[in-house]
Amino acid sequence: MEQTNKPLTKNIRPDRAFATLADYESTGGYQGLRKAITELQPKDVQQWVKDAGLRGRGGAGFGTGLKWSMVPDIDTPQTRYLIANADEMEPGTFKDRLLMEQDPHQLIEGMIIAAYAIQANIAYIFLRGEYHLARQRLDNALQEARSKGFLGEHILGSGFSLEIVLHTSAGRYICGEETALINALEGKRATPRAKPPFPLVSGLWGRPTVINNVETLCNVPHILHYGIEWYQGLGRGVDKGTKLFGASGRVKYPGLWELPLGIPIREIIENYAGGMKDGYKLRGFLPGGASTDFLLPEHLDVVMDYEAVAKAGSRMGTGTMIVLDDKTCPVQMVLNLEQFFAQESCGWCTPCRDGLPWTVTLLKDIIAGKGRSEDLDTLAGLTRMLGPGNTFCALAPGAMEPLQSALKYFREDFERYITVKESA
Amino acid sequence: MDKPTLSLEEIAEINAEIGHYPDKAGVAIEALKIVQKHRRWVSDECLVAAAELLDISPAQLEAVATFYNLIYRQPVGKTVIHYCNSVTCWMLGGERVGERLCRHLNVGLGEMSKDGEYTVLPIVCLGACDHAPVAMVGDELKLDISEDAVNELLGKR
Repeated sequence: MEQTNKPLTKNIRPDRAFATLADYESTGGYQGLRKAITELQPKDVQQWVKDAGLRGRGGAGFGTGLKWSMVPDIDTPQTRYLIANADEMEPGTFKDRLLMEQDPHQLIEGMIIAAYAIQANIAYIFLRGEYHLARQRLDNALQEARSKGFLGEHILGSGFSLEIVLHTSAGRYICGEETALINALEGKRATPRAKPPFPLVSGLWGRPTVINNVETLCNVPHILHYGIEWYQGLGRGVDKGTKLFGASGRVKYPGLWELPLGIPIREIIENYAGGMKDGYKLRGFLPGGASTDFLLPEHLDVVMDYEAVAKAGSRMGTGTMIVLDDKTCPVQMVLNLEQFFAQESCGWCTPCRDGLPWTVTLLKDIIAGKGRSEDLDTLAGLTRMLGPGNTFCALAPGAMEPLQSALKYFREDFERYITVKESA
Repeated sequence: MDKPTLSLEEIAEINAEIGHYPDKAGVAIEALKIVQKHRRWVSDECLVAAAELLDISPAQLEAVATFYNLIYRQPVGKTVIHYCNSVTCWMLGGERVGERLCRHLNVGLGEMSKDGEYTVLPIVCLGACDHAPVAMVGDELKLDISEDAVNELLGKR
């Protein structure tokens, strides 16, 4: 069996023509499913994924096999749902789109295996409305999979049946939050739900529901096909497997690369992205999307592992970095981020609904030269009031991450706006 | 006055979606998108008719309709251009793309151009940050937009 160190992107060609079912099968596609469904019990599949060490690639990093194993009573027949979270909308993030557009069967196979592992007979792909090309290609791939017996009744002659429904959303960041996503799928306004009960116990239409990110699910077929040991050998550090990492902003070659977890950030920015564009210096970066804390050039040797990035004071998040150069004002960059979060707040809970527009107003005033020194204390206060534990979901705490780290690392940039005015 | 209703085609498309969900209300977003596909936007009359079809109150469907960035509750041009204004595009000139388009078409954001062809709206990150600035013209993603945004996006040579 031919092995690979880039399982997720091995079918993605430089010309960006997408992998058909024949292409996908020619490199081992649907072999993982065959193995899972004909040789393993659902609980064994959960154990394989747990042992491989796969963690969620949507940002939070929860153990995938562990999540599956928390679905109660999978031996009792009842309605359960699997949902692929394809609502990629975190600013700076462009990884799931590539996976769905270029190799749609990989996601579909991952979903069938995951659904088998939790004994779900209906699965939804919750796709963001803007991803038109992904919708066409997934639609097409789902039909191909049905016609070959990978979907439908008695998959590969087994007792397991599954239907996958492609649901396209209509554009709202909060739908990526899993309980809001469930409300959206039920046709309601997408506000988050209180937890508990957790979706694993009571989710979509009150049924046990597992929600996994697209990239997470794309890892699953390869774990089954190539094995646990092979998968563990892919990581360079503590965490296992590969991950899609990206860089955007004023780097020489913005892009997306499948690389081993545990790779130093320096290697991604300097080798893969080619360093900064001529005439620009690296000022800092958001390591994993808009809702992660800034890190500085001094953090370049931090490795891309969940715990390592957390220890440095940020989060690996989605693994797609937004690079801040020395000619972009960090205060204005934070204003852009907070405007996004204020607009996308669902309005359900007060700290987020009122706190984010307040943050935006303060930042605008500061930039307009109307700021006062105490505004910085108010902003710092907001990072606490909108922080973890005070809100229904993670949107506002996520919004506070770039702000709190900017206040710490780029304080002089904030102060410059204020002192210029105060001395005038 | 006769109550304005949805076309038979719209109703058939909405009914086909109902089969995919255990509860009719689950089709709310799909129904709005189907109406919009046929009429470009969702009027009050259509919203009420769609709500009736799904056995939910108009208020419930309105709560959904007004929640989403891609459901239009006022008329838009034949082609809607969404330019990304999220962080990477912002850094690399995304706002200027929007300004240039609006100036050329002589419209404000969300307005329809005089000839009824275009509406320009900002949109959050389109997931193509390695090709910033980007925009979506109708359903089509346009990458690496240059200073010549007007020609690139409006197809005028």
